[in-house]
Amino acid sequence: MSNAAKTQVELVRNAAGRVVPTYVNGRQQAPYKGVDQHRPAGHKAAPPVRSNIDYPKNGDKRVSDIETALRKCGISDGMTISSHHHLRNGDAVALEALQAAARIGVKDLMWFPSASFPCQAPVIDLMKAGVVHHIEGSMNGPLGDYCSRGNMRGYGVLRSHGGRWQAIQDGEVHIDIAVIAAPTADMFGNANGSHGKSACGSLGFALADSIYADKVIVVTDNLVPFPCVPWQIQGNNVDYVVEVPSIGDPSKIVSGTTQITRSPDRLRIAELIAKFVRDSGIMRDGFSFQAGSGGITLAFVDYLARMMKEASVKASFVRGGSTKYLVDMLNEGLTEYILDGQTFDLDAVRSIASNPRHVATSPFTSYNFHGKGNFASIVDVCVLGATEVDVNFNGNVVTHSDGRLLHGIGGWQNCLYAGCTILAVPSFRDRIPTIVDEVTTLTGPGELIDVVATERGIAINPRRQDLLDAVKGSDLPIRPIEEIKAEVDAICGGKPQKVKLGDEPVAVVKWVDGTIIDTVWKTAF
Amino acid sequence: MTSKTIEVNMAGSAVVPKIGEAGRSAPDVRSDLYVRFEPRSTGGIEIHLQSRVALYYGDAIRAQAHRVLTDLGVQHCALHIDDYGALPFVIAARIETAVRRAGSAGERRSLPPALPTPEPSAKDRLRRSRLYLPGAEPKYFINAALHAPDAIILDLEDSVHHAEKDAARILVRNALRAVDFGACERMVRINQLPLGLADLDEIVPENPDLILIPKVETAAQVAEVDQRIRAIQQRTKATRPIWIMPILESALGIENAYAIATAADSICALTIGLEDYTADLGVAKTPTGAESLFARTRLINAAKAVGVQAIDSVYGDVTDLDGLRAWGVNSRALGFEGMGCIHPGQIRVIHEAFAPSQGELEKAVRIVAAFDEAQSRGLGVVSLGAKMIDPPVVNRAVKLVERAKQMGIPLPEPPSGQPTTRKASPEGE
Repeated sequence: MSNAAKTQVELVRNAAGRVVPTYVNGRQQAPYKGVDQHRPAGHKAAPPVRSNIDYPKNGDKRVSDIETALRKCGISDGMTISSHHHLRNGDAVALEALQAAARIGVKDLMWFPSASFPCQAPVIDLMKAGVVHHIEGSMNGPLGDYCSRGNMRGYGVLRSHGGRWQAIQDGEVHIDIAVIAAPTADMFGNANGSHGKSACGSLGFALADSIYADKVIVVTDNLVPFPCVPWQIQGNNVDYVVEVPSIGDPSKIVSGTTQITRSPDRLRIAELIAKFVRDSGIMRDGFSFQAGSGGITLAFVDYLARMMKEASVKASFVRGGSTKYLVDMLNEGLTEYILDGQTFDLDAVRSIASNPRHVATSPFTSYNFHGKGNFASIVDVCVLGATEVDVNFNGNVVTHSDGRLLHGIGGWQNCLYAGCTILAVPSFRDRIPTIVDEVTTLTGPGELIDVVATERGIAINPRRQDLLDAVKGSDLPIRPIEEIKAEVDAICGGKPQKVKLGDEPVAVVKWVDGTIIDTVWKTAF
Repeated sequence: MTSKTIEVNMAGSAVVPKIGEAGRSAPDVRSDLYVRFEPRSTGGIEIHLQSRVALYYGDAIRAQAHRVLTDLGVQHCALHIDDYGALPFVIAARIETAVRRAGSAGERRSLPPALPTPEPSAKDRLRRSRLYLPGAEPKYFINAALHAPDAIILDLEDSVHHAEKDAARILVRNALRAVDFGACERMVRINQLPLGLADLDEIVPENPDLILIPKVETAAQVAEVDQRIRAIQQRTKATRPIWIMPILESALGIENAYAIATAADSICALTIGLEDYTADLGVAKTPTGAESLFARTRLINAAKAVGVQAIDSVYGDVTDLDGLRAWGVNSRALGFEGMGCIHPGQIRVIHEAFAPSQGELEKAVRIVAAFDEAQSRGLGVVSLGAKMIDPPVVNRAVKLVERAKQMGIPLPEPPSGQPTTRKASPEGE
């Protein structure tokens, strides 16, 4: 697909009123139809039939290096190469795989990471050289800017963690070769992330790739004798195993300890949310919650744990991103289980490796649209961040207010299905108000966002009369969202100027069901 | 920036027009700005703006810069702004500072739009906690009230570098007009005299509720401040009370505590500064405060003798909340009614430490109930059970119950069935 093909694009207005392309990276697209309105039919995608007689009888699938493995996989022009992001900004494997592809001389690859990180900025050179055609996966930092400026040949496609699984399962994305960095593996390809010098905890983001890709390469710097247990990645799905000296920089894979915010204003937001969860009656024996790893949400967990102790309340499970704070709760008996999607710090890595009640999950169990149910909607309350939220409670997490790509979606969209979704946001950052008339890029519909908590008060979505009733008479600062917005606009010296977005799409934002909920437009800056 | 300004100013005193700078330009600056003002004789106003929020507020910042320059009587200049997301009251203050430093403003000021002035504060209002806000750091102003201290102190003294005194004064003046400090009493700590008198000229017209005077050693110093405040208020025809809280921070100040407390009717409280006091004594400040026990009790006694509040110093270790709590509880037991905070995290602990215990409250409620009943029966003597209650005890109980209400502490029910007064029951007589 050429640049010209990308710009000759038909645009339609979707059910959220957003203008979106109908054709993306050579595929027909469904525009967003509303929450729970899209129900694709047909059969799930499947990898080719394989027979074990074609694999070494002794189980030894090792080859000398990534380049050799890619050659044996039959890498060729236009293929889709996938990788996972459990090694975060310490990952060395995804970039090495793409650079090996460059040495082999292939062109026009689609890179399909579960998320990209700044350490992968050299992929820009590979895009300029024609090795990589485009990226479907979260982009921020230099890669985000490259895409936002319209330099990428294809569209960026931003999917939630669940949405990535959905796209693989319903055949929207077919992975030709999955390259799976594994902190521990055996010669057969069984692999896990919880042991080894580069331990990262769960390997859940790589699971779909291992099941659905045509070819699967496991790359490890900790080869153990067969069997590698637990096998989060099953060797029966793996074609080749590559041993390398290092899969990444451990100091950037997990942080030593995750940090609670020290800002008094943000601590106030965290405490207000914990009180809200308590006073609304959500905090009761057997409840469940999910909180991300941001500074405010970590502080929320800390406050909530104290309130649970005071009230002798115990959770049935909590969902990670796991950190020391969740691990402490597990060890103190404040929760029965941690169901862990990704593991952020050393305490959590140690815990998942040793505590059977700290369980690794995947986007299949947690978020997948084509699953027969998922965990996200069982969770009672979920606390998330956002860049912007509008007076209709719609949220934006993917772009700055100027439209530049900022974050991936992560599990954010999927988590909106919790019984109560709370966005924890400072009411303004520097001078830029967080609550706006209309979000720059729609990432989550307001129907699913129940509470917006700022340091100046808590706004409850009027659709949730039950929550409004639940906290009636409490001393929480419950305020209409418009009132908080007006106060902040006044502090900031009036509403910000409306930023003029470009008219050329550079990326699309998928809703959890695979429809397009919004477009990211080319920026001039 | 500051040293550079001085260089330029010294060079400029010859021929070149004086250039004025204000604020700081560096990647770590947040919610503030740097301004460089270059006066010119022709060519109108030329504004060069770099801003982190240019896309959203670029036009607003340019328009505001024009307004401020016009207010200050500037017709021709080049104005360079490096903005890091500063709020409008900060932008106005930095520009005014730069122009004044260039000597181009004369007597003119540029006052941002003023919010409605809050209700004046009462002389004996609740003053458990007062949160210090460094006067040169505007980013802490805007959300200070959300942490609900009883008061905020916009500080022009020790937290402000001597080269930034002029800038802080303008910032604080603008903050008094433009920042909503909610229910907090708005205090300003001025500099030591005579610099503090110039602070008053800028600050008093903006209706602060209270002026803290640092390092007070004599009654005359307080009288001087009081007279200056009255003079300014006469000029501005203001009748709003502005209370005075002298800070005693030396051995001499403590010796003169009573005289100082009587120096002006507008004094509402005495407070103590322990860092300077212990330094003056040449001793270390310890966690128990044994070295300052005399000074603190002396100050309390002087304050009570005059009928004003006694307020304690600050607790310096913001991470040690248990130490703070212990200090506060002891402080209340000595007779202090509040203390300073240097971090919002200290506020709640201080409020808890200065709250009456449930036991105290229960007793006070019983006494008040007994008093009320005695009143309603027209009895002159109040008694609780077999004990007669003296009027000062009743007064203290009434005050305690009143304070508890102000603190938002739920009052215990007076126990029913228990004889609260000497019942003139027919059966008994």
